[in-house]
Amino acid sequence: MNVIVCIKQVPNTTNVQIDSTTGTLKREGVESIINPFDEYAIEEAVRIKERTNGKVTVLTMGPPQAESALREAIARGVDNAVLVSDRAFAGADTWATSYTIAQAIRTIAEYDLIICGKQATDGDTAQVGPGVAEMLDIPHVAYVKKIEEIKPNYMKVERMMEDGYDIIEMPLPALITVVKEINTPRLPSLRGMMNSKKAQILQLTAEKIKAEKDNIGLTGSPTQVMKVFSPPPRQGGMKIDGSPEEVAETLVSKLKGSQLV
Amino acid sequence: MDYFLTDEQKMMIDLARKIAREKIKPVREHYDEKEEFPWPLVEEMAKADLCGVYIPQEYGGFGAGVMGLVLVIEELCKVDGGIALALAATALGTFPILIAANEEQKKKYLPEIAAGKKLAAFGLTEPEAGSDATAMRSHAKKEGDHYILNGTKCFITNAGEADVYTVFAKTNPDRGARGISCFILEKGMPGFEFGKKEKKMGIRASVTRELIFNNCKVPKENLIGKEGHGLIIAQGTLDASRPGVAAQALGIAAGALEEAVDYARTRVQYGQPIASFQGIQHMLADMATEVEAARCLIYQTAKMMDANPGKRTTKESAMSKLYASEVAVRVTTNAVQIFGGYGYIREYPVEKMMRDAKITTLYEGTSQIQKNEIALSLIKESAGKK
Repeated sequence: MNVIVCIKQVPNTTNVQIDSTTGTLKREGVESIINPFDEYAIEEAVRIKERTNGKVTVLTMGPPQAESALREAIARGVDNAVLVSDRAFAGADTWATSYTIAQAIRTIAEYDLIICGKQATDGDTAQVGPGVAEMLDIPHVAYVKKIEEIKPNYMKVERMMEDGYDIIEMPLPALITVVKEINTPRLPSLRGMMNSKKAQILQLTAEKIKAEKDNIGLTGSPTQVMKVFSPPPRQGGMKIDGSPEEVAETLVSKLKGSQLV
Repeated sequence: MDYFLTDEQKMMIDLARKIAREKIKPVREHYDEKEEFPWPLVEEMAKADLCGVYIPQEYGGFGAGVMGLVLVIEELCKVDGGIALALAATALGTFPILIAANEEQKKKYLPEIAAGKKLAAFGLTEPEAGSDATAMRSHAKKEGDHYILNGTKCFITNAGEADVYTVFAKTNPDRGARGISCFILEKGMPGFEFGKKEKKMGIRASVTRELIFNNCKVPKENLIGKEGHGLIIAQGTLDASRPGVAAQALGIAAGALEEAVDYARTRVQYGQPIASFQGIQHMLADMATEVEAARCLIYQTAKMMDANPGKRTTKESAMSKLYASEVAVRVTTNAVQIFGGYGYIREYPVEKMMRDAKITTLYEGTSQIQKNEIALSLIKESAGKK
């Protein structure tokens, strides 16, 4: 069973600074890590490989320094790594990113399954995984919390819902995005770290993946960012003091006054 | 200080640090309190390939030598001095095999130890034979294809949890130091049992038990080296393993120093952080200098051992252990002092570090025994010149 894992390198902070003029994320001076949700995707792929004797390929689209995220994935048990990198990809929104990744996947290999983390901690859109599947025209399930069964041309998964979970069967090849409940990612091993140091990373440019110029980067992005801002912190509400009876009375009269009851 | 470590060595440190911070730190209080053996953490170390760092590659290890072992133990012990002992005591039990076993024995035992599937333990000490190993009463009598082993060992780290034991017993009681032999025992051999579990002051995540041999039948293939060579094997083992104890002491001391500096920077009294007081600063400066000096001594000893396999390093090993263990006791005691009353409270990590540090001046030879070894080496060297 051959699995492709799509990962993203993100800033190691939940409080990301935003450039007010361009509306994009400021990455300078911030340590980069593998998107935490993608670590579950890597772990699940490596587990499938260990059960079924396949290969795991990790793929990322990003600047040249995203190579370090790929090497870390290799240290955690991944076999091959692909860096999709080109200045022409810069400024891509989720549509252009999905297109680019789908083109890269078409270029590299045969696969049975593609796994992504449910979303990246910087953009938080959760759109690229399903977007890639749509571009490739394969079935996809988001928010998978368990793979119940996987065999050639068939898989059965549990999809996390707000109130329980769905059991879904689907043919392969397919794409899933995973939630953190699916596993506990392992730490790298010494042998993995040695391999990751020596590993050759396949570099793919816009030309190599035969990307249409109008579909990539900022120009290929249908989404135009008008403004990005941090929402103002929530204001404190109203506090009603007094005995329980007084509090109840005040509350009801206020609700009535606002015509809410 | 920059020790010009190789990329490979830096990688080992990095990985040990990840395990220590991410896996061990959240549960160290639990294991100290409950005195449980930390199997889940041993599995983490095994998965990360740390169990075999010092074992040569041809036997499934990582081939990073004593230096590799020292770096890993130090890093793990910065966070917890007891949990790492599952690995360190396994190294102690494995050294007799590495030093003196034949190819067949090495191939049989080392790969599983390197993979972390089996732990090992070292059985030398007896109730009446501590520093004076020749006073041991355990004896092994040859009967056909077997030795019949009788006796009791005490204070054995990893006992009951380990699968492989390197055990010393007299095969010829009349020959004293030359009448002791070394055997490989496996858990489950008929007549091989475990005695009571000791309740200890520190390193409580590590298990310490008796080994009891009751007409235990040991196949003659399990003799390591030749009959009568046991004590030499034990001495060679301790030369190799004492830098490991020193690294444990170093790790504990370095961990306590880090805690003390962090605390001194954040604890405010008289309107300023206590780190601004010269009394505290001088304590921290002494602690840091001693920790660094211990590190230099240990790393150099380990490098010297790896560069000269088979050469005895009794003096340097003893110096490393003597100095690092005494530093660990001083530094952890002063860390508690800097924390003041909070340092004495179990919610804070330094009281445990102080308890854990003490053992390093005691086992694998007390500080006084290390001084005997060092002095004896000096006298021998001086006599050899003439």
